[in-house]
Amino acid sequence: MKGIIKKRGLFFFLFMSSGILILAFIVLPLIQLMSAPSFEMMKETIKDKDVLKAIWLSIYTALTASLIAFIFGTPLAYLLARSDFRGKRLVESIIDLPIVIPHPVVGIAILGVVGKNHWFGQLINDLGIRLMGNPAGIITVLTFVGLPFYINAAKEGFENISPRLENVSRSLGASMSGTFFRVTFPLARRSMLTGVLMCTARAISEFGAVVVIAYHPMIAPVLLYERYESYGLKYSQPISVWLVCICLTLFLALRVVTLNRKNEA
Amino acid sequence: MIKINNLSVSLGSFNLYDIDLEIEENSFFVLMGPTGAGKTVLLEAIAGLTPVRSGSIFIGNRDVTKLPPEKHGVSIMYQDNSLFPHLNVMENISYGLKYHKTDKNKSNKRIDGLIEQLGLSSLLNRLPLNLSGGELQRVSLARALAVEPKIVLLDEPLSALDPNFRYELRQMLKDLHKSTGVTFLMVTHDFGEAISLAEKAAIMNGGRIVQTGTIDEIFQKPCCNFAADFVGMRNIFPAEFHGTKAKTGKLQIDMGRTIDDTSGHIAIRPEDIVLSGEKLQSSMRNSFQGKVLSIIDLGFFYEIDIDVNDILFRSLISKGSLYELKIKENSELFISFKASAIHNF
Repeated sequence: MKGIIKKRGLFFFLFMSSGILILAFIVLPLIQLMSAPSFEMMKETIKDKDVLKAIWLSIYTALTASLIAFIFGTPLAYLLARSDFRGKRLVESIIDLPIVIPHPVVGIAILGVVGKNHWFGQLINDLGIRLMGNPAGIITVLTFVGLPFYINAAKEGFENISPRLENVSRSLGASMSGTFFRVTFPLARRSMLTGVLMCTARAISEFGAVVVIAYHPMIAPVLLYERYESYGLKYSQPISVWLVCICLTLFLALRVVTLNRKNEA
Repeated sequence: MIKINNLSVSLGSFNLYDIDLEIEENSFFVLMGPTGAGKTVLLEAIAGLTPVRSGSIFIGNRDVTKLPPEKHGVSIMYQDNSLFPHLNVMENISYGLKYHKTDKNKSNKRIDGLIEQLGLSSLLNRLPLNLSGGELQRVSLARALAVEPKIVLLDEPLSALDPNFRYELRQMLKDLHKSTGVTFLMVTHDFGEAISLAEKAAIMNGGRIVQTGTIDEIFQKPCCNFAADFVGMRNIFPAEFHGTKAKTGKLQIDMGRTIDDTSGHIAIRPEDIVLSGEKLQSSMRNSFQGKVLSIIDLGFFYEIDIDVNDILFRSLISKGSLYELKIKENSELFISFKASAIHNF
């Protein structure tokens, strides 16, 4: 690639300028946002109990959703990486569905199942589980939208491990589960961690689906929207900055993890 | 002993059909065949890593056909060594120990012996990433033998190595086979490896075993064209080495180099043997007179079988040369070959 674009012709400048345009497009609004609120306002905002509660709720629901994706998604990711069966493509497409479905539709769809008009909604209601307007409901929605990110990353990690390593482990006397925990799991650890981070990042930014299931208790994006609607741009900016900071931290952690992997290979 | 009866495997792209094979205990058995013949699949079936459609596999007197791989008592070593990249050399070697209830002192002693024999003592704390090709294969071999398997399956363990390492590891395989008394089953493409290591061999093609027998039988009497082509080198003679000379039967052959062993085999490819009516005045060190026994039409080429002092040489020549030299059965002619065309093992 380096060789091809070495010459500084019209082609190079066209591509270069569109690249700069894209970068400016991403960075400019963010810089504007980050520099808008004063330090005082930032401090005041984080002292606001509602804000603190919303951010904490966002973090812990997103992390719980990732944990659920990790526990239940790992076996499926492994099966998909290791076995070939009729309809595998279909299963993979189903897993990708939450990515392509518009977010409010996700909320509406889940509502249809957990609402009182559905037998499943009746069942969990009888069991005393409330999802509507409840952290449990938020976690349900976040798991739904975050799952594909975790499963796909973990699956890729498993696919990159040669089945021969598992074969050798089996022939040396390890059972299937012994092999999974001593060979497969440690080798796929980074991919799984990347998947968990991506899933968390995705969950923390969810708004459309959550707002349908649970306007209250408010997660950070919902609170942000409410402040904007009721008080205007100025009052919503500090919360935005705090939210961005959290997302950036996540993103940075992700980069560090993937960079490390490159160094190892 | 491994006894395979009527084994069939279907994996879609790779299938095995009606495999019958018997491998004696403590023997060194070689499996040969072209790429895609199903050699690796057969190894994996023996190790229990591939589902079997029909037939049975006995190891010792135990029917292992339906048992999971960890109950086969078989270690497998792949061409790509397949060391666990996240474990260091020592952890790799001792990986399987916790699954085998043996006396700890005994197994430690055994591992120390393997480490010593394979020259790994200075590498124990290294990760596979930092090892050379030869080192990787040695660690892999140590790991396979550490669990005291009944059989070690070796899938082209030498083919990824450069020639120096290859010879060294071949020697180690030979020594380890002797000292451990484990049955070795090895896949190889290299007839030199086969003849220097193994007593018996089988040739596979298209998912079937096309010939089984002693190495000599296979090389001297290939069952079919395929086996003959695969074996390729058909002039193979037992020889005694004295300095730069090899003595086979009544013939003294000049090797042009000193051989360390006192006895072994020499081999010359048929296409490296030049025929002529008169004794050639050339740099070729070896030239003998012989009598044509038979002329076999192979299409583009003719195989000429020549008796030289009761030793049968096979030479390949073109149709043109056949007419030019006016070769007929029972006619006398000279065979010549360069010292560098002689392989020894």
